[in-house]
Amino acid sequence: MSFQISEKGEKYDVVIVGSGAGGGMAAKILAESGLSVAVLEAGGDFDPAKDEYRTQLRWPWESPRRGANTQRAFGDFDAAWGGWEIDGEPYNRVDGTKFDWFRSRMLGGRTNHWGRISLRFGPNDFKRKDIDGLGDNWPISYDDVSPYYDRVDKLIGVFGSKEGIYNEPDGYFLPPPKPRLHELFVKKGGAKTNIPVIPSRLSILTRKINNERGVCFFCAQCNRACSVYADFSSSTVLMKPAMKRGNVELYTHAMVREVTTDENGMAKGVIYIDKKDLNEYHVSGRVVVLAASACETARIMLNSKSKYHPNGISNSSGVIGHYLHDSTGTDRMGIMPDLIDRPRYNEDGVGGMHVYTPWWLDNKKLDFPRGYHIEYWGGMGMPGYGFGFGMDTMRKYILDEFGKPSPNGGYGKDLKKDIRRIYGSTLGMSGRGESVPQYNNYCEIDPDTVDKYGIPVLRFHYKWTDYERKQSKHMHDTFEEILTAMGATILGNKPGEDTEYGLAAPGRIIHEVGTTRMGNDSKTSVLNKYAQTHECKNLFVVDGGSFVSQADKNPTWTILALAWRTSDYIVEHFKKKNL
Amino acid sequence: MMDRRENIKLLLTGTVATGFWLTTGCNPKDTATAEKIIATSTSGYGRTPEEMVHDAELMSQTFFTEKERKMVEILADIIIPADDKSGSATDAGVPDFIEFMMKDYPKFQLPMRGGLMWLDSQSNKDFGLSFIDSSATQRLELIDKIAYPDAATEDMKFGVRFFNLMRNLTATGFFTSEMGINDLGYVGNRTNQWNGVPDDVLKKFGFTYDDEWKDVYLNIEDQHRIAEWDDKGNLI
Repeated sequence: MSFQISEKGEKYDVVIVGSGAGGGMAAKILAESGLSVAVLEAGGDFDPAKDEYRTQLRWPWESPRRGANTQRAFGDFDAAWGGWEIDGEPYNRVDGTKFDWFRSRMLGGRTNHWGRISLRFGPNDFKRKDIDGLGDNWPISYDDVSPYYDRVDKLIGVFGSKEGIYNEPDGYFLPPPKPRLHELFVKKGGAKTNIPVIPSRLSILTRKINNERGVCFFCAQCNRACSVYADFSSSTVLMKPAMKRGNVELYTHAMVREVTTDENGMAKGVIYIDKKDLNEYHVSGRVVVLAASACETARIMLNSKSKYHPNGISNSSGVIGHYLHDSTGTDRMGIMPDLIDRPRYNEDGVGGMHVYTPWWLDNKKLDFPRGYHIEYWGGMGMPGYGFGFGMDTMRKYILDEFGKPSPNGGYGKDLKKDIRRIYGSTLGMSGRGESVPQYNNYCEIDPDTVDKYGIPVLRFHYKWTDYERKQSKHMHDTFEEILTAMGATILGNKPGEDTEYGLAAPGRIIHEVGTTRMGNDSKTSVLNKYAQTHECKNLFVVDGGSFVSQADKNPTWTILALAWRTSDYIVEHFKKKNL
Repeated sequence: MMDRRENIKLLLTGTVATGFWLTTGCNPKDTATAEKIIATSTSGYGRTPEEMVHDAELMSQTFFTEKERKMVEILADIIIPADDKSGSATDAGVPDFIEFMMKDYPKFQLPMRGGLMWLDSQSNKDFGLSFIDSSATQRLELIDKIAYPDAATEDMKFGVRFFNLMRNLTATGFFTSEMGINDLGYVGNRTNQWNGVPDDVLKKFGFTYDDEWKDVYLNIEDQHRIAEWDDKGNLI
């Protein structure tokens, strides 16, 4: 490398790029085994236990915008810094693509705000091609990953109920909280329609699992990051303990541009731009582990061009960036006449739903492949920006004591009273499903654009297919069935073909994976079954990039299990002196 | 690896690398105002340095003219008046919130300013008086034409849309204020123990927790006992 770039730190055993779920897990496991580790994070330090970062237990009026999402994508109190758009860090879309890329620049990355839904992939989820002939099988099976899921459950904590459902494997669960009132209505609706409604599985500590972390005190604000570490985020559960124990050095505001290689094409380290002084630095490692998120990792690899790797590092297959896929998603709302003017009590509960619906149907009898799960929301949550909106269309659902509906709109004491009465009576559901990965859905380097650090940016090509559209249509049929059975009035119209049946744009569900997928054939995949790159044996990927297919589960639990598995593999090969 | 307090200090004294400033787009006057506001602020709410500067900048600007502000106050109290349970929108500080939102979400500015002018013109047309000078009865007579979307006539459509915006902002501003949240009876946002819906409420709606998970649900007394499992994943 050129002489202007200054070297930072010693030569580490392992250099990890990213401090989210994958990077945090790798840092913890590798450092505990005695290896020296550097973690490069593109954002700042963060610790929700420090009052200066705390948004938990704040009141809406503490924010001048009452928590509106004009600054942070999920509102002022959400813990995630960053969002769909970041100043100075653009990306582009081509050919009518609608793809939105959510990035969180901070210690712990996107694990600071997620829904904590922690579902294991099941045996079928690793072998979808065997079942429906579409896409590809993973080169590993549930049995390979299951011991790691067990360890993740015990290390991090997840509540749930043992159900014995084949493709929704049980784990080492903490006890689930009792359903809230609207969730009991959902359960009733499910029972009437033969749709299962079972306790949700969230990585929130309903019971203590060690003396380092607190237990849940039921404020319903996991997305604000927990000051007593009672939910999982990589920053509080993995990175902080790993750094405290030693062997881990954290570089914040370090925006990695590329992986450097030696004359044999082996990884030497990474070059990053320090976002504060805008200079380039190099950090050396015997092994490089990328955990920057599926798309950011693809970007780094594609930007890592050398004589040995002219197409980007370990990319002679040209597969990097391809098979990008996000979960499908669509939502629907209703209002429960029974819950209008309901009695008040503290109904916050944990941060998220207490019940959910796992996939329950057989695709052989349906006109689309792959399933979806349903998440439920509602109840007497803390009012925030947007509460009280929509009285111009919703007020007619409020009846007076004689059964006469209120007029839409209005003003005055009657309106004020009606808003009081409608509080806690609306609810909704969100379907989150599995899409079929496509070679033609991909990200690549945009030859025309660099970000403000001079790093070439990504541009996206992504189109949903009929598989996803039909699945979304089916979700809305199901939503209407459940809402009706539970006694709710459905709000809004059923989305039609013109809106792809309400299907959210890819990227909106923030489960994008698949850009550096695993496989046994180096011509059609980027990583082997241990997430080691086919063409550079000291380079690994431990984020969602390795996924062959996403399942209808949220990816975090699988990212954690696979990162642990890869870390064990790295430790083993260090011991054998192969690395 | 600078800590945040340090960072803000450096940011405000201008000693931090200039690269950092490129993102904020501040001019020196804004900076001075921001510095003053942050210095006198007693509580943050988990803001990044960039967000603090941004909020302070917005708070240093004024969108509404005096006349507009007066109209907003009148309208807000028509929408949410005081009653036997709580005070009015202006008692809860709603006009300040609306003022802030105009700058925070600039797309509100045109429909709000245009809407207020439209309302004033209507008032002049109907009564020969500006909205502020018209009587309480006259104001309501005019507002009745735009407050009920399903009954409004075609030529009032713009007014309906404006009043919807005004109603949304007033209602949300009121019910997210301390006064509004107390009025609503929201009793969460504090440490507590969720042990299910209270018995009397369960009974009222005909539910029980006597279901297939009754022995699986969290027993709140066990919360602080460290979880252990047998080999099959059963909690001991």
